[in-house]
Amino acid sequence: MATSSHTLSSRLLTGWVGGCVWYLERRAGQESPQKFMRLFRTVNKQWITFQHFNFLKRMYVTQLHRSLSQQVKPKPEPTASSVLEKTSSGQAKAEIYEMRSLSPPSLSSSRKPNEKELIELDSASIIEGSVEVGKETQDEKQWKEMKLHLDDLPGILARLSKIKLTALVVSTTSAGFALAPGPFDLPCFLLTLVGTGLASCAANSINQFFEVPFDSNMNRTKNRPLVRGQISPLFAVSFATCCAVPGVAVLAWGVNPLTGALGAFNIFLYTCCYTPLKRISIANTWVGAVVGAIPPMMGWTAATGSLNAGAFLLGGILYSWQFPHFNALSWGLREDYARGGYCMMSVTHPALCRRVALRHCLALVGLSTAAPLLDVTTWTFPVISLPINLYISYLGFRFYTQADRKSSRRLFFCSLWHLPLLLLLMLTCKRPQGGKGDQGEPRQ
Amino acid sequence: MAAWRLRTKIFFPQLCRAFAGRRCQLAAERRDAAPGPVSRFCPPKTSCHDWIGPPDKYSNLRPVQFHIPEDESPLEQKLRELRQETQEWNQQFWANQNLTFSKEKEEFIHSRLKAKGLGLRTESGQKATLNAEEMADFYKGFLSKNFQKHMYYNRYILMHMCW
Repeated sequence: MATSSHTLSSRLLTGWVGGCVWYLERRAGQESPQKFMRLFRTVNKQWITFQHFNFLKRMYVTQLHRSLSQQVKPKPEPTASSVLEKTSSGQAKAEIYEMRSLSPPSLSSSRKPNEKELIELDSASIIEGSVEVGKETQDEKQWKEMKLHLDDLPGILARLSKIKLTALVVSTTSAGFALAPGPFDLPCFLLTLVGTGLASCAANSINQFFEVPFDSNMNRTKNRPLVRGQISPLFAVSFATCCAVPGVAVLAWGVNPLTGALGAFNIFLYTCCYTPLKRISIANTWVGAVVGAIPPMMGWTAATGSLNAGAFLLGGILYSWQFPHFNALSWGLREDYARGGYCMMSVTHPALCRRVALRHCLALVGLSTAAPLLDVTTWTFPVISLPINLYISYLGFRFYTQADRKSSRRLFFCSLWHLPLLLLLMLTCKRPQGGKGDQGEPRQ
Repeated sequence: MAAWRLRTKIFFPQLCRAFAGRRCQLAAERRDAAPGPVSRFCPPKTSCHDWIGPPDKYSNLRPVQFHIPEDESPLEQKLRELRQETQEWNQQFWANQNLTFSKEKEEFIHSRLKAKGLGLRTESGQKATLNAEEMADFYKGFLSKNFQKHMYYNRYILMHMCW
């Protein structure tokens, strides 16, 4: 349906934009030393005024400090997809800062004994001395007032609510709604999306509130708003409440009580079960998979008013999908998880981690076959979804046998396009409604 | 739990102050008397907000300098001191955690390299490392060894959620 293809195209677009931004950042990083040298030579041709010299000193000190400092100042976040952010931001940022480093010997390495050379040496030695003092004042400059800046607020709230993950959750809910039998009710559909989106924002905000010291210590999460002090914890909790209450209310009263109950239950499961369990037991992954499975079921209950076999099938597909997705992702984060005290299968039970991922890839084949048996789709669906299900199972098998970073990354990236494509195929093969009798029935 | 009770008692006045953005004078003597963390940073006198610093080199946590208002009540002072104490404890825990992790990781790498009969440096002079699969044994061991410590930390931090 339009929603799922829109999801796919929006995700592809986001990924493409993110890739372009990352590439441009790398190029900018590579070009800046050359640009700086060109600027220096141009300025030296004319009379160097005091203002010119100060400007150059400031630029040079800033660039030197970036290479000297141990803790890099967090950059404003690039507009990359959550995938790129999760896996490559750490590496990309490291590369960018390497490119920008500029050392004094490189400036004085030229052999031309002329006035230009003397000026360069003088300014380099003066700058070296000021770097030491500059380091301390730079450290002080990194202290920020904990004041709310209203113009930064939309970006901050987007990161606090993990807006990309929320968008994914909302898209699975919309798929559940669209796959449910019965006539399509647009107002109900929109209310479901709004309510689910708000509930997801609330759950994500509370999760970040609980995990500040852990997020500070992991590369993937150290730029979150609460970690950086851009908002206070009180603000984060207030925001979460302001999302949760209207979100659940919209679902309970605007849609139906069952959907509202599922929404509230999911918030509870994520914040009070999954989040603490992450540091207690590997069972957290199974709980997290249930959290991911509930949104499409909410879409189904919003459309039909009841939890029947079709809802559980959709939930089952999302549940099974979580394992290859998350287990593959966690394979590359083992060091951060161990240091942070997170109990993840990839650290404590690596063989189980790979086995479970493979098992659930194969389960997807089984669940796709069950879809026509439960009257959710036609028999075309298991046939046309077999290639992608077999492919992800193949990658799951490779991950199981090879157990290395390369195979885990391949499985993870496959899972990102596999799910939207599977849901899209389901929508195209949706069981058509039989008979005019169905048309006029009121929704519960 | 004590922190929560204190927090709720002064919640509303603090909330009003936070949202009103009333300018206030800093009591310099009280600010100087407050036990500060390692940093030498002094917020400007005109500021009436908390200040947050860069991530600490060892703990990766960002230190917060709490603002001391002119009209701070005893209850507010107690809360601020409790927050300061929790922050310092937190900094110490993570600094210790990270340093222990680095130290044990180095020891693990040395012992494995030795067992393999390899030197600490490769032919090109760079530090020799183990691959991710070999390091996995270390990560698993570290996590299980420190499980009780992490449980204690989780309980402590849950009870003292007075950021």
